[in-house]
This record gives sequence, structure tokens and C-alpha cells, in this order.
Amino acid sequence: MLRVVGATNIDELFKDVPAEARLQGPIHGLPPHASELAVERHMTALSRRNMVAGDVPFFLGCGAYRHHIPASVDHIIQRGEFLTSYTPYQPEIAQGTLQMMFEFQTQVARLFGCEVANASMYDGSTAMWEAISMAHRITRRKKSVISSGVHPHYVRVAETMAKFTEDALATALPDLTAEADTERLIGKIDGETSAVVVQYPDILGRITDLTPIAEAAHAAGALLIAVVTEPVALGLIKSPGEMGADIVVGEGQSIGVGLQFGGPYVGLFACREKHVRQMPGRLAGETVDAEGKRGFVLTLSTREQHIRREKATSNICTSSVLCALAFTAHLTLLGEKGLRQLAQLNHARAGAAAARLAAIPGVELVNDSFFNEFTVGLPVEARPAVHAMVEKGVLGGVSLGRLYPGVDALKNGLVVAVTETTTDEDIAALEAALKEVVQ
Amino acid sequence: MTVNPSGWRPTTPANEQGEAQTVTGNRALMLEEPLIFEIGSTEQTGVDFAELPKGASKLGGLERSRPIGLPGLSEPEMVRHYTRLSRQNYAIDLGLFPLGSCTMKHNPRLNEKVARLPGFADVHPLQPQETVQGALEVINQLAFWLLDLTGMHGVAMSPKAGAHGELCGLLCIRAALEARGDKRQVVLVPESAHGTNPATAAFAGYAVENIPATAAGRVDLEALKARLGPDVAAVMITNPNTCGLFEPEMKAISDAVHAVGAFVYCDGANFNAIVGKVRPGDLGIDAMHINLHKTFSTPHGGGGPGSGPVVLSEALAPYGPLPYAAKYPDGIFRIVEEETAADEHRGGFGRMVAFHGQMGMFTRALTYILSHGADGLKQVAEDSVLNANYILRSLEDVLDAPFGKSGPCMHEAIFSDKGFADGLSTIDLAKALIDEGFHPMTMYFPLVVHGAMLIEPTETESKASLDQFIAAVRSIAQRAKAGDQSLKAAPVHAPRRRLDETLAARKPVLTYRDGEVAAAAE
Repeated sequence: MLRVVGATNIDELFKDVPAEARLQGPIHGLPPHASELAVERHMTALSRRNMVAGDVPFFLGCGAYRHHIPASVDHIIQRGEFLTSYTPYQPEIAQGTLQMMFEFQTQVARLFGCEVANASMYDGSTAMWEAISMAHRITRRKKSVISSGVHPHYVRVAETMAKFTEDALATALPDLTAEADTERLIGKIDGETSAVVVQYPDILGRITDLTPIAEAAHAAGALLIAVVTEPVALGLIKSPGEMGADIVVGEGQSIGVGLQFGGPYVGLFACREKHVRQMPGRLAGETVDAEGKRGFVLTLSTREQHIRREKATSNICTSSVLCALAFTAHLTLLGEKGLRQLAQLNHARAGAAAARLAAIPGVELVNDSFFNEFTVGLPVEARPAVHAMVEKGVLGGVSLGRLYPGVDALKNGLVVAVTETTTDEDIAALEAALKEVVQ
Repeated sequence: MTVNPSGWRPTTPANEQGEAQTVTGNRALMLEEPLIFEIGSTEQTGVDFAELPKGASKLGGLERSRPIGLPGLSEPEMVRHYTRLSRQNYAIDLGLFPLGSCTMKHNPRLNEKVARLPGFADVHPLQPQETVQGALEVINQLAFWLLDLTGMHGVAMSPKAGAHGELCGLLCIRAALEARGDKRQVVLVPESAHGTNPATAAFAGYAVENIPATAAGRVDLEALKARLGPDVAAVMITNPNTCGLFEPEMKAISDAVHAVGAFVYCDGANFNAIVGKVRPGDLGIDAMHINLHKTFSTPHGGGGPGSGPVVLSEALAPYGPLPYAAKYPDGIFRIVEEETAADEHRGGFGRMVAFHGQMGMFTRALTYILSHGADGLKQVAEDSVLNANYILRSLEDVLDAPFGKSGPCMHEAIFSDKGFADGLSTIDLAKALIDEGFHPMTMYFPLVVHGAMLIEPTETESKASLDQFIAAVRSIAQRAKAGDQSLKAAPVHAPRRRLDETLAARKPVLTYRDGEVAAAAE
């Protein structure tokens, strides 16, 4: 090969690199290659330094949920034709990915009660910022009102971006009350508001009717953006689209994608058809080929960076297709019937756990309404209580002190998520651990 | 359900080869597959829930009353549906995938096995830190490697993809400038840049201006110097650039940019060509994203998820985003987030994602790095450059190679359709490659070369594989020069012929609704 390229050694091919920048040997101080066995041993040892959710009574949620993933779902995403393919820019040999995207878009749109959905975003938090940014393009206004029930990390992501785009975000901290303060939220909407952003169910697990918020937003010429971090809930409760949301975004992790310490996940993004040209991200669309056969292509790419460059709707290039495949395959395996059953099971188990915990002296259930996640007020600070429960081998929930450090009014709050994976024994273990730590 | 769900109609003429059509639309192992909405039912489910307890509803009176419209399939039907779909995809596992700037290398399966270990796959991002020390150590070890391989000072691990990493880098630059009270408004981007570069700069609130390339395919240093001034915040360079060439004057570019108080952002998409051979830190670069799904072999998955950590110079490291993992003197790993940021990371520009970045990609990338080691990674760069030059020299007599005379290329070779007969262009050669069993190269990019074909073979292709590809390209190129108009019909052997993209964009059908496209096509 060197003879064909006309070089006597490899280094001649690097002649454009100035000699002083060229490294002579392998980088000093880094180890040489290792065998498959050795690497597997090293990585397995690292993995054992983590507490595995499935090994202990486990009650964490707040934007990432532990559900059972059927074996067939993981099998499908490991098919090399999906795993090792590229963005489907050559549609004749990428119909598998394109059809799956089209099916995914339809499922997401239907689940959210919207007309159209895209082929996925990085995650829920980045999808929420993209929605705010889209609302600003549509309304030509730059002020968003964010509900106190939105995940604080999502709000932080939006705040980071808004700093640079000079958008105004009105934010607030939640109260440990049974109902979200809808009136206060509506009171902040004015003629400058581009979007109202509401999480459903919210960070404390509460479920609020979005209809009056949608009406108030629309009356002021603003859009309603709904954020769903636990899409399984929509098997039982009304979709945000049904209640008037204009853009619905979410985190799709809870259907088909594991916890994975926070990523990769899959952002969901749906909206009204009339706004589709302002939507970020990839879209698969139906068409026909030269023989008249139905096929799918990436479409409306004139919105995207590789065509529009600095005028694109977003700089997004990669989406999260393999996670979207896991989502769509799991949702296809469930179907509407299975999703409803799964949701019922989650809700019933959460109800049972809430009743048991609320019976502990000093522990109060905050929520009147919830799906599979609720908040309890403890008589002690929740963050140390969570650590104390770890000592007893229980991952007992997410303390609001972790999410809202330094906020005294929230420090006794503990958010508890319960899914179909939670057993009666797990609930009993949490009850016993909590009883001890609150004394 | 109809027998033939493909939309093929009996009036459609048999194709040029005169192949008989089948009743089903299938052709032996090439199987048509309907949509789940055409074969599934809302009453069907492939999941068996043993018990369905009835409890009192606490749903706040918002029970769903309308059907959703989600079809279900049984497990065998679901597995078959997606398996059939998978067979309509080209993939690295099937053959050479020479997409320029995409680095479609083999994805080692040890990566997949490791990422699925319960200690990585089944860990919640908000678990107490004492229960995730292994996860934090993975992030820390990977960060250590990335810093050593690039010769940089800090690394932001949380960006979710390359373009997200670009955004992170520009926000660091903006934060650093603002910290010194400097409100610069302009980012300079070469004409040959990836589209994400100008889009990112605009997203970060900057005005974007182009800088021209020289005839030799490099950044025009004199034009750049003439434009640099106190209004320029940063220059975004890709090195090796999108023409597959190293910027030999990179250090001079960096020095000129620094001299006016601006920063150098490097698009790391092409890091595969220099990993282990050249450290971007030695070239004066201030920020560079690393696509773990390119250089470090995490799977592309049909278009993500990616992962785009950003390495930062000493000047920018104090401004990186939250959260990040740090090892403390007591040997414990801790997450620095909003709560501790005031004490430990005062200049940070904020949070970019809900959690800690693409952990599942970190485990895969670290597995790859440990498997290759310092010696193996250096060989990755060398072999990828050798393979690209082998392609350049094996095709330059049949395809126009605009920069072929100026010396060796890096990890990708660029050609153009100059010399093709009238009516034939890059897309026809690309589509004919599909019939030969190869994925096409990157087409019509970079924009600075008319009718560009950008070929990146990667280091994981053998000489035998390259020779097969070269033979196919040579044959098609000769047909294109001779004016063989049958190329316009290619591909004829793929699951679909050329698709009508104009129809798709003119009347977008983005979700399933009965009969809509058929009506539009009439």
C-alpha cells in the first residue's frame, strides 16, 4: 500500500503536520493496548463500585424512571443493521431506519395528542429549551413563563441558553402543597409572553388540568408548552394536546431506554402541523419511489443546519435514533392495551406505597393527585435521610434538597417513584427504613 | 389488510431487467413490511402483566377518556417487524461505509457488552454520590485520556453530541470574554466548514462571517488576518479540514487569532486522522469537541445518540459547564453542580443537560480506548490516513482529485465529478455504488468543491475490502465519463428506487394517516 501511495513510511503521509507538533512515539504516560479479557475485567470492576438499582429497594424518579424492558427490545436495538447504520441520508438503503422514524413520530404525536412529532431530540431538557426557542420564533416575543412545577435541571438548561440569547424567563420555586399554584402562573402571563411552560405530571408528581392555562396563554397570544418526563402516565391521563398544549416535549427514557446514569436518553417533540416548519430536529416523511412504491425520506431539511447553516432553526445534527428505536419497539410491544395496563399497575403500586408511607407518624403525603410518583414531607431534612437509608440498603427517593439546594422550605421534601418493578417487599423495606430515619 | 402493502400497483411496469413482479411485492429475502398501524391492533399486546390490581384513582379527575390509537403486536410479530425493517438498512456490519467526515469504523461488541453491565446500565443519575463511585470514576478516567490525547487542560463531558459540544465550546468562549467585559459579536467560519459550525455560532448569539479557502484547499491565512479585529470573538476551524487536508499553518492561525484577543475553536469531527499523532493543544487550539461516536467507535445507531465532550485550554477551562465529576484528595469522586459551583467553579457558564451526559457512550469509549492503548490509537490514525491515501492514489486517474497534486491527504480523500459526461453527476455515481453493495460517500460536501465526493474509508477496512470498493468506483467512473445514461436509473437493486424528495417536502406526510400519500401522488 505504501508503494501505491508513493511513500516509504507512514510518517511521510503526515508531512503537512509541522515537525514540532508531530509526536514521535506513543503518548508518554498512557498505557499500551490491553486484551479483551483484561479490559472487560477492568470495566466490570468499575461497574461493581456502583449500587445497582435492581439489586435494592429502589424509589428514584424525577426525570428518569426504572421500568422493565422486555428482552426483545434490547435484541432489536442490537441488530447491526440498526446499531451500525448512519443517519439515513441515502434513503434507498435506509428504509428500515426511516420507516421506524415515521412510526415513532406517529406514536409520539398520538401519545401527546398532537398532529406531528419529530424523529427525536437529545433529551427532555434540551427538547424543552428548543420548544421555548421555537415559540419565540413563532410569536416573535422573547419572554417565557415557566411553571414552578418544571424539573429544576430543565429550568437550569433553559436559563443557561437564555443568558446567551437574551430571552427572559420568569421562574418560581414550587411549594409543598397539594395543588400547583395555577392562578399565580396565569397571573404572570401578559402581552409580551411567548410561551407558558408547564410540566405534567410536575416535579412533585402532581397532575394539573392544563385547560385553563392553555386558555389564558392563547388569550394573550402565547403558546402553551407542556413537558412530560414520564410518558407512561399518558396511558391513564389525558394528553397535553387534548387540553390545548401547542408544543409538547418530553423525555422518552421511561419507555424502552434504561437508566444508564442519565444518558443517552431520547427527547420527544410534538406540535401543531401549522408550526412544523419552525420545528427543530429531523423529520421522516412519506413519499414514493420511481416505481410508485411507498417509501420514506428525511424531509423539510431546509430547516436544518446542513442546508441553512447560520439561518437554521437549530444547530442540532445528531438526534437519538437508537433510543427512539427502543422507545418505538417497546411501545409497539405494549400497544395501547399494554400501555394502559402498565400505567394502571404503576398507579396502583404508587397508591399502595403512598398509603403506607403516609401512615408513618410525622410523614405527610403532599399530593392529592399523582401518577407513579409523589412527594412526602418528612419531619426531618430529607437529604440526610436518603443517605441514612442507603446505609440500610434502600435507595429511598430523591430529596428536594438535592434538586433545590439551599431552599429551606423544600428541604424536608422527598420525591418517591414507584413502578411495576417495585415489589411489596420493596415497599415494606422503604417503610421500615423511613420509620427509623425519621425518628 | 391488503396483500401488497407496499403501494406498488399492478399498472407499474416491470423494471428494465424485465423481472417479474410477485403478488406479495416481496422478492425472496427482500421482504416488504407494512407499517405497525396497518398490521397491529390497539387490543393486541406483546406484554403479559400477571396481576392488574384495582386501586382508588388519584389522577385528579384527568383520566383519559379518548382512545390514543397505539397499535400493539405480539412478541413474534414485533420481532419480525423490526427484523424485516432492519434488513432494508445498509450498515457497517454489512460493508464498507465511506462517508467522509463521519468516521464509520467498526463498532467493537465488547463496548456493547460493557455498557450493558448492570453496574452501568441500571444506575439512576440522581443516586446518592456514595452509590455511584464507579460511574464517576469512568467519567474521570475517560476525561484523563481525552486530556492526554489532546494536550488540553480541562474537559466538559456533558454535551450530548458534536453540535452540542460546539455550542458548549462557544458558550465557554462567550463566558470567558464576558468575564473580561468584552462584548465581541462576530464568529469567523471557513467556507468549507460543517453546517453545524455557522448554525451553532448563530444559536450562541453571534453574527457569522465566512473566510475563504485558498486554491490548495486550506484556510486563506492572509484573508483571515485581514478580517481579524477587536469585534471577533472566535474562529471556528476544522483540522484536518473537510477537504481531508491538514492545515499546516494552524499554529500561525492560532497565534494571529490570539493576538487580537479572540479564541480558536476546532471542530474535532476529523480527530481520527491525528489521534495519538498530534495534540491539538500544541497547535494553540482553545476548545475542541470530540465525537465519541466517530473516533472512539461508539455506534452511530442510525443517527444518534452521539456524545461530544469538549476539551478546553487553560484560558477556557474555568468557564466550562456544570455538572462535572471531580476526584477529591480523599480519593472520593464528587459531582460539582449548582450547589458547590460557587466554591469550586465560579466562572462556569451553567448547565447544558438534565444529568451527566451520555454515560452509556462513556463506558463504550473508555472500553475502546483501553483496548487500543496509546500504541493502538496512534496506529488508528496512521492506518486511517494510509487507507485514505491508498484510495486517493488508486482513483485519481479516473476521478478528478482537486487537491491530489498538493500531496498526501489525511483520513479522507476528496474527488469531484469534473469530466463526467453531460447529464451525469456525483449523485449518479453515488447511487450506482448502492447497486454494487456499497454505501455512497459524502456527496456535494464540502461546498468549496463543485460536485464533491468525500471518501473516508477508516482504519478498520482491510486492503481486500478497499480493493473491491476501488474496482467498483473505477468501473462506475468510467461509465460516467463515457456517458452511460443508465446510471441515472440507479439504484435498481436496492429495496427502493430513487425516492421523490420533492413530493415529500411539498406535501409533508409526517405521521400515518390512511391514503394520504397515494392521493398526493396521483
